[in-house]
Amino acid sequence: MDRRQFFKLCACGATTSAISALGLMPGTAMAAPREYKLLRAKETRNNCCYCSVGCGLLMYSNGSNGKNAEQAIFHIEGDADHPVNRGALCPKGAGLVDYVNSPNRNHFPEVREPGSNEWKRISWNEAFSRIARLMKDDRDENLIEKNSDGTTVNRWLSTGMMTSSAQPNEGGFITHKFARSLGLVAIDTIARN
Amino acid sequence: MSAQDIILSSGTSELTPAAQVRRKLSKVAKLFDATKCSGCKACQVSCSEWNDLRAPVGSFQGSYQNPMDLSSECWTLMKYNEIEQDNKLRWNFTHSACMHCADPACLTACSTKGAIVQRANGVVDFESDKCTGCGYCVSACPFNVPRLDPIDQKAYKCSMCSDRLQVGQEPACVKSCVTGALKYGTREDMLFIADLRIKELHKQGFTKAGLYSPEGVGGTGMMMILHDVSQPENYGLPADPKTSVPVKLWQDVVKPLGTAGILATVAVACLHRITVGRNIVEEDEPAAFDHTHSDKSDKE
Repeated sequence: MDRRQFFKLCACGATTSAISALGLMPGTAMAAPREYKLLRAKETRNNCCYCSVGCGLLMYSNGSNGKNAEQAIFHIEGDADHPVNRGALCPKGAGLVDYVNSPNRNHFPEVREPGSNEWKRISWNEAFSRIARLMKDDRDENLIEKNSDGTTVNRWLSTGMMTSSAQPNEGGFITHKFARSLGLVAIDTIARN
Repeated sequence: MSAQDIILSSGTSELTPAAQVRRKLSKVAKLFDATKCSGCKACQVSCSEWNDLRAPVGSFQGSYQNPMDLSSECWTLMKYNEIEQDNKLRWNFTHSACMHCADPACLTACSTKGAIVQRANGVVDFESDKCTGCGYCVSACPFNVPRLDPIDQKAYKCSMCSDRLQVGQEPACVKSCVTGALKYGTREDMLFIADLRIKELHKQGFTKAGLYSPEGVGGTGMMMILHDVSQPENYGLPADPKTSVPVKLWQDVVKPLGTAGILATVAVACLHRITVGRNIVEEDEPAAFDHTHSDKSDKE
């Protein structure tokens, strides 16, 4: 390559880059929005359990519901077909996916013994038998079978029950039957806390 | 989604316009009714949830507003504008997000072809693949909406959930709004609803109530019903937003002139080559004498 050829090459290069810098080169990628992230995600209906309004939710988890995919919720939005909220959600409800995936969630039953300030991990079986034992003892001791007039009332006033609000009518019916048959008077749902 | 769905693109001019055939597609709009908003922030949360953005949790700054400003990770912000009226505190809630102007200043200011586009439905969207992070859109926007990300140095803002819109859903913020302060539909429908609502407000005594969709930017894709439309400053909104003169001058005058100048130089060079021809340089020294050749000829 001689001096003249070298200058020609340089001029060609500079012209080409000038043409592309002037915007005369065709673009490559088309401007497309982000891919719709729910296209084939598994959709599950549920109720928001965080207040007594009980808004309907659509929860989306990955996997096609096949047996080999481990599902994990990655998006939650309001259920437009739910008569209570018709798709809308409050800020707490709109951010539910971060509650579901929160690192601060309880993953197992824990007990704090009277007088102790430490939470101790126990098994589900231990938790169930412990609750049953304590309920039975308290009920045996404090159940009011008859009032002062001698009428049978079967009131159990020393224990209350906090139930789930995220259940359908039938679930509520069974919960109510269970609690009332024990004589419980104070029943509330976690919706009011 | 193809190039046909884009009607305006940054870095193009009237000589090289974007695809136009889908102009007949009806324009969509978001309608924010400040008179119905309760400031619950559901729009802000659902925006962050849908777009997978988690702005850092800020610290208390003396207001319920958090974070205090939009960022590359906060595209929708519930603004708690505190106004004193008749010795009373008044909260003017504003759903602060991209206004999706019909004549967007950010798009005009952007020099990178296709980095800012306006879709056929009127939505103004940023293409981060093409964004070079120059920040022209940030300084050009009269509503102060786009933000540069401190890590990847690209500009980001509300996309009106284009990914939801393209499958026929409403934006995430609109879906979550409990009071119905946010509505979504064709621009025509939103104008109709706004008109009815403003008439109702006038009857209720809010005589200054009106629609904020400033003409300086060709009208906005997010329109707002305000208690007092004559004072949008009370909502943190500019009274007369428009594309600034230097931005217009730069894009409409200086850049075409520059291009014309370069082309003219090339044309003159070509003309000179044809008419005058190449520049012939007289050699100072005669060519080196070829002794061998001359010797040969001598012998002959």
